[in-house]
Amino acid sequence: MKCFIGIDLGSTTTKAVVMNEEREIIGRGITNSRSNYDTASAVAKQEAMIDTRFTLLRNNLDGNEKLRNNQDVFLNDLERNFRREQFVEQLDDLQTTCLRNAEGDRFDDVRSTLTEVLAGVFDKLRHESLALYAKGATRKSDFFRDIAGGRFLTLSEETSREAGINYDFALNVYDKSIIEVENRPPAGNLEKKFLDGLRHLTEESPELGITFEDVQDPVTRALAVELEETFVVGTGYGRVRLPFPKEHIRSEILCHGLGAHMMYPRTRTVLDIGGQDTKSIQVDRNGVVDNFQMNDRCAAGCGRYLGYIADEMNMGLHELGPIAMKSTKAVKINSTCTVFAGAELRDRLALGEKREDILAGLHRSIILRAMSIIARSGGISDQFTFTGGVAKNEAAVKALRELVKENYGDVTINIDPDSIYTGALGGSEFARRAVMEA
Amino acid sequence: MSAPIRKPSTDVQKDASMAKQKAMIDSNFDRLGNVKNSGEKVSYTFVPGNLNELVMCFDMVGNYPEINAIQNGLRKTSGGMIMEAEKWGHSEDVCTYVKADIGMMRKGNIGPTGQPIPEPDILMLSYTGCYTFLKWFELLRHDYKCETAMLHVPYTGDGVITKSMIDYVVKQLKEEVIPKYEKVSGVKFDIDRLRQNLAYSAQAEDDFVWVLESAKNKPSPIDAYFGGIYYIGPIFTAFRGTDLAVDYYKTLRTEIEERIRKGQGPITPEGEMKNEKYRIVTEGPPNYTSMREFWKMFYDEGAVVVASTYTKVGGTYDFGFRHDPSRPLESLAEYCLNCYTNRNLPERTRMLESYINNYEADGLLINSIKSCNSFAAGELMMMREVEKRTGKPAAFVETDLVDPRYFSAANVKNRLESYFQMIDQKRRAGV
Repeated sequence: MKCFIGIDLGSTTTKAVVMNEEREIIGRGITNSRSNYDTASAVAKQEAMIDTRFTLLRNNLDGNEKLRNNQDVFLNDLERNFRREQFVEQLDDLQTTCLRNAEGDRFDDVRSTLTEVLAGVFDKLRHESLALYAKGATRKSDFFRDIAGGRFLTLSEETSREAGINYDFALNVYDKSIIEVENRPPAGNLEKKFLDGLRHLTEESPELGITFEDVQDPVTRALAVELEETFVVGTGYGRVRLPFPKEHIRSEILCHGLGAHMMYPRTRTVLDIGGQDTKSIQVDRNGVVDNFQMNDRCAAGCGRYLGYIADEMNMGLHELGPIAMKSTKAVKINSTCTVFAGAELRDRLALGEKREDILAGLHRSIILRAMSIIARSGGISDQFTFTGGVAKNEAAVKALRELVKENYGDVTINIDPDSIYTGALGGSEFARRAVMEA
Repeated sequence: MSAPIRKPSTDVQKDASMAKQKAMIDSNFDRLGNVKNSGEKVSYTFVPGNLNELVMCFDMVGNYPEINAIQNGLRKTSGGMIMEAEKWGHSEDVCTYVKADIGMMRKGNIGPTGQPIPEPDILMLSYTGCYTFLKWFELLRHDYKCETAMLHVPYTGDGVITKSMIDYVVKQLKEEVIPKYEKVSGVKFDIDRLRQNLAYSAQAEDDFVWVLESAKNKPSPIDAYFGGIYYIGPIFTAFRGTDLAVDYYKTLRTEIEERIRKGQGPITPEGEMKNEKYRIVTEGPPNYTSMREFWKMFYDEGAVVVASTYTKVGGTYDFGFRHDPSRPLESLAEYCLNCYTNRNLPERTRMLESYINNYEADGLLINSIKSCNSFAAGELMMMREVEKRTGKPAAFVETDLVDPRYFSAANVKNRLESYFQMIDQKRRAGV
């Protein structure tokens, strides 16, 4: 089948969307951008293609009598098991790479112990993967480095201590190896991972009342469909690195404008807050860009601002919003400079201000910067669509709603849970048009 | 899109007029560097409101601090000078022309060509809309303690030039400027000499306007912004009012006539622009420290600038003004009043609108300058108004004049590419 793919290379994450000839989104994929855009692009595309297989499977399972009303549960469980298979495959790769990187002279004295330490750590990690991907379990990230890295470091520190070798040896081989593994898209057999996942699922969920054979055929059929990469359009800051000719590359302004229009056809103003830039885009009723403005000269007020604040507070990025939501009075943060905001943050903490109030102030500050960029692009026209990673942050959304109301009155504000894919969605539509409307 | 930001190749394609222009500009630096031997007196002044025809009547050599800053920017030496000025207490937000000039002075006043820049015998402060000019020469006067002539040119806030404005400037020329030059130079003012110089100016201006308007052709044989910066060199500086300028613009015109005949596009440092895809009007000065990289971003996309307001800072000749030997002082006054920097926002907007329409441009690009409030204030409002009146898309990029720290190539390229694709998208949608 024909697949039209949009890839959005962001400074933090790389996203891919697969669209079919009927203009339906059939797959989405995301990965961390690393320092290697080629790999990020390949991984995001691969992830979107895997998601496409799940969409095909969903279609194949329509009306499946064995599943009755458990189709969604089944698909979620299958994906979870598939992800675990994928995780274990990458763990195996990481272990092999670590062992290879431990072959240097400097490890001569400790090699046998280090090999044992690594074997022990990876055994534990493989074992933990069962709980990590168990039903109802939550993971702090979907990216291999984030999930495996933290646990590797903790486990290898303990195991090294017990084995009587310096923890630095394990740390050293890990640092070298994780980059190699991360820059190598998972290469294992896709069908095997699906089927192994399916086997595990049928064993762990007897309550579904299905056997491996009951669903083997629709799974195999979904995997057998040839997915043709008909046209790929790349966008985002790393787009110049994509191995595509020029006509396959579009600016992210156009892709975000079109993507937002596709999600909400009555969109006239789009605000996208990404990792390094904030864009305000005015589009017409066809999603054609009329005007745009971006952050000037510095990245203050972008997603990275929140990342920096999270680092400063020794918190996870996703924890910021929920804490800020507990605020009863936002502390005024004047600085528009990311680094100065860090200083202001410490100053406020020292003055005894509550953490949630300071965080609420910081979220308001980021949105105030965005409001200024919106104003420069021509203000907000109804409807207003907010996209990008920051649109997932509830405190940022709250501040945005307040400031939009204050400045522009009652405006419909659209925020799609998949708004992070807006640019890639626009890209996939450009890809479709390049072929179907050429 | 397209290729990653790469350093331009070292082979620069230039046409004959560019070599001639460079030799002319260099010759003025030679003259400045040789005043110890020649004994010539030195007059400093600015490009907008430049009274070169008058200054030449006193056998003086002109020095143009803005041009020094630009030349140092193009030669990538302005960054160190700006930091030197900052060491002396000039803050980060001050006009970077000023800081490059002050920094050059503090570093021994060696000019862009490696020759010394002599101290001024007189500072000719023609005030034509830029408030910074006042402060700049105040600083120089403090250091050099030399004679200063101030010509206050009324700002055309109502968009019109009245007789009383002209009379006011002429009065100052007669009572302030000319007497001071006579005193400093020891040369008696000769109005017939001024008339001859003005006649040369008018001749050069005719050809200069022809060159600018050649961009109405499709494809345009010139780039009126990046290329235009070379074209304005002689007429905006020490050569207006000379037969050398007349000769230069004739050469340039012949060269462009030939290009039109052959259906050729502009010559850029990367080679001839073969496929004109976008016709753009620009507002604001260019960035000089990364000018080739900036130009290449246009070249790579097939974008040609067909008209720019920046090439009017030293005179808006394409709107009809000519120096007039029959009304010498009045004509100098009108010239100063007409400079782009002395025009109000509605007039600037009207100019941009007329360029978009008359040059059949695809849109307006504003290069807003971080350290130049004189240019930047009001540019967004102008942009919206031009969009509204012409229906053509506009875009806004931000760089600086000669401070290399404020040119973010990836950001500028990103915005430019987005803009060109936006024009494409609108074309396809039939908007």
